[in-house]
Amino acid sequence: MALAPAITDLEQLKGHPAVTRLFAWNPRAVEAAKFDRDEMTVVIERSAIREACVLLRDDHDCPFNFLSDVTCVDRFPSEPRFEVVYHLLSIPKKERIRLKVLLAGESAVVDSVMPVWPAANYFEREVFDLFGVRFTGHPYLRRLLMPEDWEGHPLRKDYPVEGYR
Amino acid sequence: MAHLSPTPTLEPTQDKTMILNMGPQHPSTHGVLRLLLEIDGENVVRIMPDIGFLHTGIEKTCEAKFYHQVVPLTDRIDYLCPLTNNLCYVLAVEKLLGLEIPPKAQWLRVLMNELTRINSHLVWLGTHALDIGAMTVFLYCFREREDILRLFEAASGQRMMTSYFRVGGIALPPPLGFFDRARDFARRFPSCVDEYENLLTNNPIWGMRTKGVARITAEDAIALGASGPTLRGSGVDFDLRRDMPYSGYENFKFKVPVAQEGDVFARYACRVQELRESIAIVQQALDGMPEGPIKADAPKVVLPDREKMKTQMEALIYHFKIITEGFAVPEGEVYQAVESPRGEMGYYIVSDGTAKPYRVHMRAACLANLQALPKMCEGKLIADVVAAIGSIDIVLGEIDR
Repeated sequence: MALAPAITDLEQLKGHPAVTRLFAWNPRAVEAAKFDRDEMTVVIERSAIREACVLLRDDHDCPFNFLSDVTCVDRFPSEPRFEVVYHLLSIPKKERIRLKVLLAGESAVVDSVMPVWPAANYFEREVFDLFGVRFTGHPYLRRLLMPEDWEGHPLRKDYPVEGYR
Repeated sequence: MAHLSPTPTLEPTQDKTMILNMGPQHPSTHGVLRLLLEIDGENVVRIMPDIGFLHTGIEKTCEAKFYHQVVPLTDRIDYLCPLTNNLCYVLAVEKLLGLEIPPKAQWLRVLMNELTRINSHLVWLGTHALDIGAMTVFLYCFREREDILRLFEAASGQRMMTSYFRVGGIALPPPLGFFDRARDFARRFPSCVDEYENLLTNNPIWGMRTKGVARITAEDAIALGASGPTLRGSGVDFDLRRDMPYSGYENFKFKVPVAQEGDVFARYACRVQELRESIAIVQQALDGMPEGPIKADAPKVVLPDREKMKTQMEALIYHFKIITEGFAVPEGEVYQAVESPRGEMGYYIVSDGTAKPYRVHMRAACLANLQALPKMCEGKLIADVVAAIGSIDIVLGEIDR
């Protein structure tokens, strides 16, 4: 089974219901989109992420009511350095979508989606802990897995695998 | 810099309340969960879970390994269902590679997975009942669990850290007599579930400790990201095996148990029913096991058979190349989710086109389920917290990773 090439052309992807919905709401909020290996990825403008999540959660036709996961990818040394990745699941429609927000290294701050899904609480704390990305509006943004007096963020690419010695 | 305490602390919010520290070595917290409870007499006012005691940095380690070297690491995440972790990881890498898996390998994977689910549920049932005070069930559950572990040992050489699946198929075919032993187990097991149910389901003490305890509504469960039996116990009819099938689950007929009450008993009832459904799937997998190869035809990814290495030059070269250099995976990213015994287990893998994953992230079902714990227990009794922890089937290895 050969891999089908990824579709990154926004015009072609406008047929996807979630993309259509996001475009109808605010065309500037969608920075890019990709359909690859049967998975839909939409890159959202940083300031629009919380509203985009509300929009997709409350969508009438295909409500993405379940936040599966929030995580992050560090693209060090290229910029924008961080990709915060949200995996949404629609339990009634059995659909998935991936949202991404790109963040520059020196201003790794994004709105928390905890007001939309309380589930984001631990996920965002984990991302803060391991990557140092801050989430504004999170009520208790503390380290989750590492000790509170730990220095550095272990999953960053400039953090050595065996730790600082 | 101000001195920071390495662990979180909690201050009482009212004059009449006090802070109680539960764990990390408390037997009912299943490992190393620490709970900070603010209590007013016997009533819980506030709960703050403190996790991370078992954090080993597996996600970071994965970034330094070849794709095939990650498989044994995945065993250690959710150590009660190693094969489910193996499956989720290899499915994700296969999706990245665009690899087609032969039917026999898929069926074997389903068979092993359902045995793992039974194994995990048996540990849950035994320890959960033990926490609440029913000791006998534990001994019964571990009797059957031993049979499953022997099956795993026969197939993979390991009782617990199996690492039986490989990218592109299965490590080695099951030995002679394996299917007969599995069939014998599948025949015996339903009557064993009857035994557990005889001890618990209609037991009035069990009912008093579980019915109406630690309730959570479907809306809250969804909003807090709970999945698996924790979600189905609140009346949400969703199971990834049926609704978004993977690894050939669409070929199997099974029911998804759902209960409406959302309490500890509802989650118990769901899991016990799942034991019966799982053994039905095992039965179907044994009866309909197709013939054919157990590895995909992809010499650059899948290790060759031992026999071929001794007789064919090419096989030996491929073996050497895969072991020393790994195999390159085309650039891209995938999120693969499977239904683990605890809920939605997901692997998010980002590839940059080299032989090592750029990023591996595990979506831990338990981490999200744990977020529902404060909602279940606040305002209830301390003794109910123990029942609630058992009912979400917590595995700290998965939470802390």
